Amino acid sequence: MFSFDLLANGLVAGILLGGFYAAVAIGLAIAFGQLDIVNIAHPAFVIVGSYIAWILNSRLGLDPVLIGVMVAPVFFFVGAAIYRVYYAAFERTGQESLSGLAFFFGVMFIIEVLLILVYGVDYRLVNAGYIGETIEIGVVGIPLRMLVPFLVAAALTAGIYLYLSRTFMGRAILAVAQDRLALQLMGADPVRVKQFAFGLAIATTAVAGALLIIIGPVEPSVGRQYIGRVFAIVVLGGMGSIPGMFIAAMILGIAESLVASFMGPSWAPAVAFGLLLLTLAVRPSGLFGRQ
Amino acid sequence: MSDAIKGLLHLAGRILGALAVAFALAGPAAAQEKKPIKIGFSMALTGGLAGAGKAALIGMEIWRDDVNKKGGLLGRPVEFVYYDDATQPAKVPGIYSKLLDVDKVDLVVSSYGTNEIAPAMPIVMRKKLVFPSLFGLAVNDEFNYDRYFQIMPAGPKPKTDWSAGFFELALAQKPRPTTIAIVAADAEFALNAAAGARENAKKFGLKIVYDRTYPPATTDFTPIVRAIQATHPDIVYVGSYPPDSTGMVKAANEVGLKAKLFGGGMVGLQFAAIQKNLGPMLNGIVNYDFWVPEPTLKFPGVEEFLAKYKEAAKGKGVDPLGHYLPPYAYAYLQVLGQSVEAVKSLDQAKLAAHMHRATFDTVVGKVKFGKNGEWERSRVLFVQFRDVQPDNLEQFAGPGKRIVLHPKEWKSGNIVYPYKK
Repeated sequence: MFSFDLLANGLVAGILLGGFYAAVAIGLAIAFGQLDIVNIAHPAFVIVGSYIAWILNSRLGLDPVLIGVMVAPVFFFVGAAIYRVYYAAFERTGQESLSGLAFFFGVMFIIEVLLILVYGVDYRLVNAGYIGETIEIGVVGIPLRMLVPFLVAAALTAGIYLYLSRTFMGRAILAVAQDRLALQLMGADPVRVKQFAFGLAIATTAVAGALLIIIGPVEPSVGRQYIGRVFAIVVLGGMGSIPGMFIAAMILGIAESLVASFMGPSWAPAVAFGLLLLTLAVRPSGLFGRQ
Repeated sequence: MSDAIKGLLHLAGRILGALAVAFALAGPAAAQEKKPIKIGFSMALTGGLAGAGKAALIGMEIWRDDVNKKGGLLGRPVEFVYYDDATQPAKVPGIYSKLLDVDKVDLVVSSYGTNEIAPAMPIVMRKKLVFPSLFGLAVNDEFNYDRYFQIMPAGPKPKTDWSAGFFELALAQKPRPTTIAIVAADAEFALNAAAGARENAKKFGLKIVYDRTYPPATTDFTPIVRAIQATHPDIVYVGSYPPDSTGMVKAANEVGLKAKLFGGGMVGLQFAAIQKNLGPMLNGIVNYDFWVPEPTLKFPGVEEFLAKYKEAAKGKGVDPLGHYLPPYAYAYLQVLGQSVEAVKSLDQAKLAAHMHRATFDTVVGKVKFGKNGEWERSRVLFVQFRDVQPDNLEQFAGPGKRIVLHPKEWKSGNIVYPYKK
């Protein structure tokens, strides 16, 4: 059942989906890829972002993306505070691998339960003018519901990449990922740098959450569906590499989309994770990871 | 102290002692009459099906309060003992074991949904309990348990009865459709629905041009809808859960699906919040339902119940209208309660025999079970969304938006075919 139409549309849909996955994964690329913090609660923060987008959208009629950007600074401070607790309790004493992971599991469950208590368990959806509209370019149809998240995700990734490579704080973050002691000798406080970086990582979840609820309905336990995907993307892209993460997200999105178009959607996760395993077998540090 | 006073005190002590013993004996007996009847169950209060599960619980609590206001069952107050199964089948056996062995409940009913009912079956079967069940598709097909009772009116052959109406509607149209696409989520309910659709397709001589499943956590349904479109089916039958139903409807709109009939077994299109959000995208879709506020379905008691539900649901973050599950949640307890009163006992065998024999008057009309515990006659409604306006919840509270097309005795309008201009 091959046709050029289907291939072109599958590729485009895959790219748009991949962009969205990148928005969800970028925070983890910083937290896990660069700071080695196994933040399994990352998707739960994304869901919090979705709920905030929903409540402000339904009460004030604001655009979800705008809400995500406005609320990001609040998420930044929350992230910084959580990192402080994590550092004091686990990193300083060297227990971050197991106890730190348990800590973030706990954070994930607490977030889920709080969302259930405050917002209830019904599915939430948002309204925006562009949801439901499609742009037709030749044989390819581009739903705005997927295009807008892609554009926002691309801008977010580009913005963070430039920030990390051009600003002092950004380079300090990259440095603390590579060699913490050297950074200290350079006169920067690694703890403050990591705190800033983790705050940044959580700030991205505000935006990612808004994108998620534009694409589909959200209820408190939806975050769990993304845990596997986001970690796979960060690992596939290579720990510490933002461009790698974006390409990995693309690969995952395109693989899912093409498999769904041609083979049957139930194979999509198998193919996506198969690619991950194949890549790691050939390049254990991921596509663009530090060796 | 003088002897006389000592003697008096002695006597007083003896009388008090005797009274105490008398009260001690009478006490438990008096409490016995007021000992509550405990009904135990698990319910999806969190997780994917929680929107409906929590709404069902509210409906069930209304039944409990109504019954207790009239003196309870057999003169005893009714109490619920329930736990959240979080829409996770793995939690269900543990919960029912606890309900029976630790909480020692008198009666059990099921959780909501095929995936949550099936895991409890081995336990209730071992203990030979009557098991009124809430919306599970063809659960008893494998177990053949004679004390299983399903309040969802799928019909005596649930897998095929579930979609039969969709096919009958399609085949009554001119020109007669010849091809069908079947797509379903990789989950027990949807797979059952798709299996039934497949059988019906073969029975009615339709060519199946697409037959695939998708992982429930799929984010984007556009490639799936495009793949379906590429096979040019006349009709499309979908078996899906709320998030995927929403995704499929949005994708069908964005892609401009050209099928003549679309819908079938999509869970979620009956929920108020989803109906409000999808709005006009729903127009033309023909989907299953079990109760809609059409004039042909005004069963005695249902509107009164829905008014109570609307009040009770305020501020609880659940479906504000409660048309889908709550009336049936109320009804499956009505069946149980009426049986207890009819046989005047909690004996499971007597209750089961009564439930097989009797016709019950409930808020969802007359209920009669067949041998396998399913309804003797199918009452799967196929409704078509029409004239749905954007961003308006109240429009669904009354008639005119969900027209019943099938079966004939509940029909409230004619089909618009093909489903989209």
